[in-house]
Amino acid sequence: MALSTSAPALAGLRPVLNALPALTRALVQPASAAATTLFGNVEQAPKDPILGITEKFLADTNPIKMNLGVGAYRDDNGQPVVLDAVREAERRVAGSHFMEYLPIGGLRDFISESVKLAYSDDAAVLREGQVAAVQSLSGTGSCRLFADFQKRFMPGTKVFIPEPTWSNHFNIWRDAGVEFAKYRYYKPDTRGLDMDGFLEDIKRAPAGSVFLLHACAHNPTGVDPTPEQWRQLSRAMLERGHFPLFDMAYQGFASGDCDRDAASIRIFLGDGHRLGVSQSYAKNMGLYGQRVGCLSVVCDNKRDASAVESQLKAIARPMYSNPPLHGALLVTKILQDNDLKQLWFKEVKGMADRIISMRSLLRKRLEEAGSPLPWGHITDQIGMFAYSGMSPEMVDALAAQHHIYMTRNGRISMAGVNTKNVGRLAEAMHAVTSGKL
Amino acid sequence: MLPECDSPNARLAVLARQLCAGGTDGSTWEHVQQAPPDPIIGVNDSYRADTDPRKLNLGVGAYRTEEGKPYVLRAVREAEAALAADPAANKEYLPIAGLPEFNRLSRELALGPGHAAIRDGRVATVQALSGTGALRVGAEFLAQHLPPGQPRVVYVPNPTWGNHKTIFGKAGMQVREYRYFDAKTRGLDFAGMCADIGAAPPGAVLLLHACAHNPTGVDPSPDQWRQLLALTQEKRLLPFFDSAYQGFASGDLDADAASVRLFASAPGPQEMVLAQSFAKNMGLYGERAGALSVVCRSKDVAGRVESQLKLVIRPMYSNPPMHGAAIAARVMADPRLNALWKEELAGMANRIKAMRQALYGQLVARQLPGDWSFVLKQIGMFSYTGLSKAQCEALTRKWHIHLTMDGRISMAGLSAASCPYLAEAIADVVATGGSA
Repeated sequence: MALSTSAPALAGLRPVLNALPALTRALVQPASAAATTLFGNVEQAPKDPILGITEKFLADTNPIKMNLGVGAYRDDNGQPVVLDAVREAERRVAGSHFMEYLPIGGLRDFISESVKLAYSDDAAVLREGQVAAVQSLSGTGSCRLFADFQKRFMPGTKVFIPEPTWSNHFNIWRDAGVEFAKYRYYKPDTRGLDMDGFLEDIKRAPAGSVFLLHACAHNPTGVDPTPEQWRQLSRAMLERGHFPLFDMAYQGFASGDCDRDAASIRIFLGDGHRLGVSQSYAKNMGLYGQRVGCLSVVCDNKRDASAVESQLKAIARPMYSNPPLHGALLVTKILQDNDLKQLWFKEVKGMADRIISMRSLLRKRLEEAGSPLPWGHITDQIGMFAYSGMSPEMVDALAAQHHIYMTRNGRISMAGVNTKNVGRLAEAMHAVTSGKL
Repeated sequence: MLPECDSPNARLAVLARQLCAGGTDGSTWEHVQQAPPDPIIGVNDSYRADTDPRKLNLGVGAYRTEEGKPYVLRAVREAEAALAADPAANKEYLPIAGLPEFNRLSRELALGPGHAAIRDGRVATVQALSGTGALRVGAEFLAQHLPPGQPRVVYVPNPTWGNHKTIFGKAGMQVREYRYFDAKTRGLDFAGMCADIGAAPPGAVLLLHACAHNPTGVDPSPDQWRQLLALTQEKRLLPFFDSAYQGFASGDLDADAASVRLFASAPGPQEMVLAQSFAKNMGLYGERAGALSVVCRSKDVAGRVESQLKLVIRPMYSNPPMHGAAIAARVMADPRLNALWKEELAGMANRIKAMRQALYGQLVARQLPGDWSFVLKQIGMFSYTGLSKAQCEALTRKWHIHLTMDGRISMAGLSAASCPYLAEAIADVVATGGSA
């Protein structure tokens, strides 16, 4: 029973009125039941800002509706895609009659292929056995394992998170009991990187802090540092002894090239950072619901790597005991077979290219629609999301009047845009912005 | 030992870390200790490393055939093949709460499809990462949402599955034990159990193994369950059932759910929490298929509880893995696969029972001192032999029989061929006390 804010006179009473349901329940329930019920006073939780959008979209009965909320790739017909490489891997894995528990740390081959993908096949740290790595529950699971690890083994440190970032980052570190602080990242007036602010915040942060970095295709802004900027950032972080944790959810998906998308990690590695990487295969292999990911931590030596790995496993055991098998089998098949791997590279580039072309098309249509506003950022940004700059009110209007759904920070999942709906999207965006941006 | 420095930046990195670590040879993680190996999973490792041809793996609770092989159920293989062939199937994210059909079928399996709680819509169910995941999400939810001011305490049987204590501890709950296993009788210490549960404060969580207690195999009788329910209600405790062996204990899915259904049908209506695993009874081990259900007083409360369960899940793994749940849902929903599953489940349970008979027969034939009938009376995959740590070590060292050091053996790891060998080994360590 939410209260709308359209009644200004009641606005001040809102907290009281919103508490009414609980108060009423407490009064109406017979005393004995109220005394013994354990769950009776559990409050309704707010919907997830990202995943809740899909729920709203599904509830909308209008056939022209568009879901531009969650970052899940769609083809030009708006359909989810299972990659050919994945289908083939599925065929090869079928009937393998193996469903035993994986080790707590996951499938060994999966892990070794994943770290090669992130760090490069011939990375010295891999050769020297310096990398602690475990299979995890996609990107969320990787971040959570690290957050729990940070809580235990980096006590008193904060995690520095870019402003803005993926909303779930806050939840993850909060539930791990680690305090967060924000570092400047996005500059609204330039719609680009706030490099000065970023560098200053690196300097100001207590030495040895954890810095969460989006390896490529920053979510939600799509604004990435250039390689030269990454080098500057790396040096600045070295000076403060910060721990870089790369969240890489879009390797291959940003530029279409897996090595290029991992360049930031490799620059930092080359500079001698002992860093961490959270990898997800949700988007780049389309394995969303399989929950496949990898968390790796680069250590100084084999002993440390073994110890860190054992502690990550100790965190996983009381959370889920061992990670799910199926997705890891698929990823391993693809990465171990050169033909499948090349096919995958081609397909991920295809997805990235379609997104890039949709960016161009959306910008063109907006300009053709007569919008006087600058839309260059749509094509400047990289990755799945376009940070449109639209306000929450404009986003609400898009949903209410045009049946177009996106998160209230104005983030558009370009994966949901296609040649058939881009025109309507541009018209709708023009209508709600009408020069107000 | 300093790593290779091949650039000025790399040297800077080393210096910075040394300054921050505060030591002269500060490797970033040198303070991190090697964690001890998990005792249960460690058994698998030692078994693999053992080269003796007579070796037996009686450690982790995964079903094995008479030939000692893992078993993927036919019902599961067919469900998996049907999913692979389904053109409509995709790999999209599940909702945070998981596959709705799986959730519905899971709670129906546990409570019975016509159960009043289900009809009233007052059961909140979320898909979970097998039993472990269900327990952890449940524990986190309880730690956060039990009425404020109430102590967060959970009572677990002594002994219990080792991971129980870790899970509840991680969620910030205080763990206390209630007496359970009677070492003298190798049966249930019911009086001790009731005394300890009776001393629990109101609102304490009471962890109960629904059937086939792990590690002892000792279950309360139906009449004892009724007494436990009365005690739970009198003391206003919150029952939290761990159901990892439904169908696996007796071979009958309904019979094995009797304790859960007894409590769920109790007046109040009784609030309770249930963790379900499909690892063993569907052989879906590595696919992590499980469910957490919270039985509430009303539909309204269940809705709110579900919304809060989602808040626990989102920062842990966002949404659950689809593969295992999709298979399990298909097996439960399709009448032919469901029937096949029940048949195979009964087959597995019967083989376990046969192993108990065989082992008992072998022990009796060797005229071992003491009463070994507990082998027959204990239920499910495990048997708590009552052997000491020294005796267990001797079993491993001398006889190449791998088991956890608490004396728990997995009956699933036995075959008709290996029972005599095990009996001989037990006879030996009983005679020598494990010192030979």
